[in-house]
Amino acid sequence: MRKLAVMALAGIMTLGLAACGNGNESTEAATKAATEAKTEAKTEAKTEAPTEAKAETEAAEGSDTASGDLSGTVIITGSTSVEKILNDMKDEFEALNPDVKIEYTGSGSSAGITDTKSGTNNIGAASRELKEEEKEDALKTEVFAYDGIAVIVNPANTGVTDITEEQLADIYSGKITNWSEVGGEDGDIFVVSREESSGTRSAFEELIGLEDAGGLAGSASVSEGNGPVQAAVAGNENAIGYVSFSFIDDTVKPLTVGGVEATAELAKSGDYPLSRPFLFCYYDDKVTDAGKAFLDFAVSADGQACVDTHGGIRVDK
Amino acid sequence: MDRNLSRNVKRDVWEKIVEGIFLICALAGVISVIAIIVFVFYKGLHPFFGEDAYSFWDFISGTRWAPSQNVYGVFYMIAGSVLATAGAIIIGVPIGVLTAVFIAEMAPKGAVRVIKPAIELLAGIPSVLYGAFGLGVVVPIIKEISPMVQGQSLLAVIIVLTIMILPTIVSLSESAIRAVPKSYREASLGLGASKIQTIFKAVLPAAKSGILSATVLGVGRAIGETMAVMMIAGNPTQGLPNSIWSMVRPLTTNIAMEMSYASGRQQEMLFATGVILFIFIMIVNITLLKLTNKEGDK
Repeated sequence: MRKLAVMALAGIMTLGLAACGNGNESTEAATKAATEAKTEAKTEAKTEAPTEAKAETEAAEGSDTASGDLSGTVIITGSTSVEKILNDMKDEFEALNPDVKIEYTGSGSSAGITDTKSGTNNIGAASRELKEEEKEDALKTEVFAYDGIAVIVNPANTGVTDITEEQLADIYSGKITNWSEVGGEDGDIFVVSREESSGTRSAFEELIGLEDAGGLAGSASVSEGNGPVQAAVAGNENAIGYVSFSFIDDTVKPLTVGGVEATAELAKSGDYPLSRPFLFCYYDDKVTDAGKAFLDFAVSADGQACVDTHGGIRVDK
Repeated sequence: MDRNLSRNVKRDVWEKIVEGIFLICALAGVISVIAIIVFVFYKGLHPFFGEDAYSFWDFISGTRWAPSQNVYGVFYMIAGSVLATAGAIIIGVPIGVLTAVFIAEMAPKGAVRVIKPAIELLAGIPSVLYGAFGLGVVVPIIKEISPMVQGQSLLAVIIVLTIMILPTIVSLSESAIRAVPKSYREASLGLGASKIQTIFKAVLPAAKSGILSATVLGVGRAIGETMAVMMIAGNPTQGLPNSIWSMVRPLTTNIAMEMSYASGRQQEMLFATGVILFIFIMIVNITLLKLTNKEGDK
């Protein structure tokens, strides 16, 4: 019995020691990794983008030089559409600045902007332009990405090449059910939409004004992601769907919307109707140094890489 | 003497400790199931009580799901789940039982050596691959023959679920058939019955309860299947299925599709969907328990 107790005690102690050791090691490793990442980021930014991205390089360096004394928590609330991009940026930024903690809560664009105005966050995130009544002189905005939604049909659907927002609203609300009504060959339209909580769906429905047209038709199919929508459209010559720009490939045919082609440039310029900016809003006096550094990071080459990863349109090129 | 006593005490203590370890292991499953039940029911029943409660009748009888407009109706999903499961059972059980009869009673050894591993392999295929198969093969074929514009349909779900429940039905039915005493067959054949007559009049009736258990387990598998079904069901936001070509939205896919981003009322309603699903699974399990008990009495 005593032997057992001694063994147990020894075991616990070893465990404890091991845990301490691990703790030290991991912090060391983390610091080391962070420093490495920092120097890497610096050199990368310098070498890779010599001329065009000079502003970004400076911004990135600015955040690096300041990072020594950056600390504190930056609270970001707002759009859920930017969640994936923001979480990636947060991880990268926290690795570069170990003393800074970024806290992001997805609560919707309007809530994010309201939070900024009431001072409950440092930075608000929105996936749309600020409305007139939301604008204020002191409230600054920084666009860090654009999101474009492409309307896709099957490549076999040669009759239709262009569609208007009104037609989209009619198709998705079930008022138009045949391709011949929008200039195509006779055939029922197979409408593919996204699940209720999808950010792409809410953006799409908002941009085409589906709510006013009566909401999504009951006959529409629902797929749980950009990939499945693409697959559903690729597999049915009468299908129509919508996906992020990065999901356009040979298996589907993007339509021009109101005559405008779905390209990153036209989405950025605002000519392409189904696009929206991802932006931060903040007050200079409430954003804190760490928050300011994060804003700079978001438009730096590293921050923009996160935008790329998740199918957004970069602002730096 | 003293030494012996202490040795005994040591042994007793050791026994108690080991017993305790066994008890903890045994409780792990029980605690998990209780925790899941409490959690799902607590979350799922919450929206129907208190201020701003959602009418349970509207929930259970509604045929439209639109969380953004605070409309949550799951009746068409219940219909979808039940119809899909029933269809899979109606097609899958005869095929599965006949396969089992073939393996157990008729097939030459060589054929068994091919068929059995093939069916066992079917059980090991991840359900997402069934979904990919359904989307890539079943849905396009149905699209060609369907009067509707799309191939995503109740029929596609039924076909894929049928394939998925086959291994369960075949292997359980086969053991049930093999468990029928040889004397039954000998008596039947001895009375002049043919082999087929023997199988249908003597062997299968004797294996009935085993085959029923297999069917019930098949129901459990079919009604709980999520991933494969989600990819081929179409998942519309409203409307009862009115033919096998209609799209359906089974209860499971409703939860799986929206849970990742849902919050607040919508999330609670997804748990409520889970409660309905849970009730179905409990009915299935109780039926199974009843069946196996009866078998034990014999």
